[in-house]
Amino acid sequence: MTRRLADSRWVAIAFGAACVIAAIAIVEVLVRTAVINPYIVPPPSDILKAIPRVIAEENVLHRFSQTAQEMLWAAVLLAVVGIPLGVLLYSSRLLRRAFESWVGAFAAAPVVLAYPLFLVTFGRSAMTIIAIGFAAGLAPVILTTLDGLVGTRRVLLDVGTSFRLSSRQKFFKILLPSALPSVFVGMRLGLIFAMINIVGVEFLINFGGLGQLINELAERYDLPGTYAAIAFVVLASVLFFDVTARIERHFGFGPAQ
Amino acid sequence: MPDTLQPDAAPMVPATTRTAPLLDVRNIVKRYTTSEGGITAVDDVSFTVGAGEFVSIIGPSGCGKSTLFNIVGGLIGDYQGSVAVDGEKIRGTHASIGMVFQEESAFPWRTVEENVAFALEIAGMPRAQRLAEAGHFIELVGLHGFERRYPSELSGGMRQRVAIARTLASKPRILLMDEPFAALDEQTRLLLGDKVLQIQQALKQTTLLITHNLTEAVQLSDRVLVMTYRPGRLKRFVEIGLPHPRDSDVVTSERFGRYVAEIWNDLREEATRGIEADEATKREARDGR
Repeated sequence: MTRRLADSRWVAIAFGAACVIAAIAIVEVLVRTAVINPYIVPPPSDILKAIPRVIAEENVLHRFSQTAQEMLWAAVLLAVVGIPLGVLLYSSRLLRRAFESWVGAFAAAPVVLAYPLFLVTFGRSAMTIIAIGFAAGLAPVILTTLDGLVGTRRVLLDVGTSFRLSSRQKFFKILLPSALPSVFVGMRLGLIFAMINIVGVEFLINFGGLGQLINELAERYDLPGTYAAIAFVVLASVLFFDVTARIERHFGFGPAQ
Repeated sequence: MPDTLQPDAAPMVPATTRTAPLLDVRNIVKRYTTSEGGITAVDDVSFTVGAGEFVSIIGPSGCGKSTLFNIVGGLIGDYQGSVAVDGEKIRGTHASIGMVFQEESAFPWRTVEENVAFALEIAGMPRAQRLAEAGHFIELVGLHGFERRYPSELSGGMRQRVAIARTLASKPRILLMDEPFAALDEQTRLLLGDKVLQIQQALKQTTLLITHNLTEAVQLSDRVLVMTYRPGRLKRFVEIGLPHPRDSDVVTSERFGRYVAEIWNDLREEATRGIEADEATKREARDGR
């Protein structure tokens, strides 16, 4: 019985939601009783009340659309530049040996700290934000593309050879489809990295969409509004994560083996 | 030189077929260089396969069976000797030879019908036509009704049938199979053997099977080539005189048992050598540490 309950998707969702609500309720009590300083953390109920105000007065949908557009451009750049770079590293043993560890190191680098450099290069514009988002997401896309290609089973390539496929046919008919699930995971990871950095840079340079909104509200010392905007960013991230997971399942090349 | 058979055993037959050979493999030698020196994997192996014939090559692990498979299939080009199809010497892959691999090789991102139609797609056949053609081979391997399924939705035996149908759809003159049922349980293997026999008899498909499974070799073959442990040499051919058409019921017959026992006598010696050699290698590695 307990196991059946644990296996139920709806029970799991309800349990997760109940935990979040319980955590919010605990914070509410802690703030109301001044255990947590209310000048630093507003009561969650105030944040909840601030959400409709922020949406109506701060033009959240427009700002969301600005951040989404920056994300979209970063995604296009990641696909157009990152995937071919992964393919390039796969096709040249020398390049792979020379650069794979550098790309790995780049994945762990806090790219956002280089924002002054991007500001000088692109100015205080959406270009800076897109470029930083792209740079932050590039390494995972390259590495997972490379992983997917390298991980293609030898026997599948042998099948291609036995059918006398040209190198081009082998790439498009076997290597790429075999690597696609991995490439998709890379794109998803890259976009998550990009999104974190895009919102962060919007905040830092006070320009663009949701990040700038958080900055503005914080500077006005509108704490419930600030947290409401942060909640909106979290909600957008959850939605993004869910949508990409659904896309991944939809184009998952059939159920996993 | 092949050994002499016991008087009551099946007749020893030459490595060549009585009919004009479709596949002619001559004096194949393949050496590998390893960190511990050179290894001769295949040493002076010659045999032929006639049109419509089913020949199996059996030998212990490490006897060079898979190397021979890769040489005949054209995946290994660096060897001594020659491979000819219908008199034409070939090196590298050839349209006349279709390969079925030991490992599962159905493309997981393609449905059954897309997998089977793969070679036809490469050949540029229009989609509707190639799917119709693929349907014939899907029917032939008994996968009708599973056309739109992905390999992950099928059992291991069904996935291997997809691989066989995909190769057959390319209409090879010679079907070359490397232990295609190795990963399957014995019952599935026997039933798939039935299916392979039906297909082979229906298409008069010339087939060369690489296997280490005695039952499979005797059940399916017209002739069985027994190989020695490393270096892989031809030990002898055994003609399987069991009547056609055959199915898995044949495994219960007394003659079947005699063939199996006979081949096992040769094979046991080679398998024992293989195990002893492996143990010696392990001992050396342990002592050398």
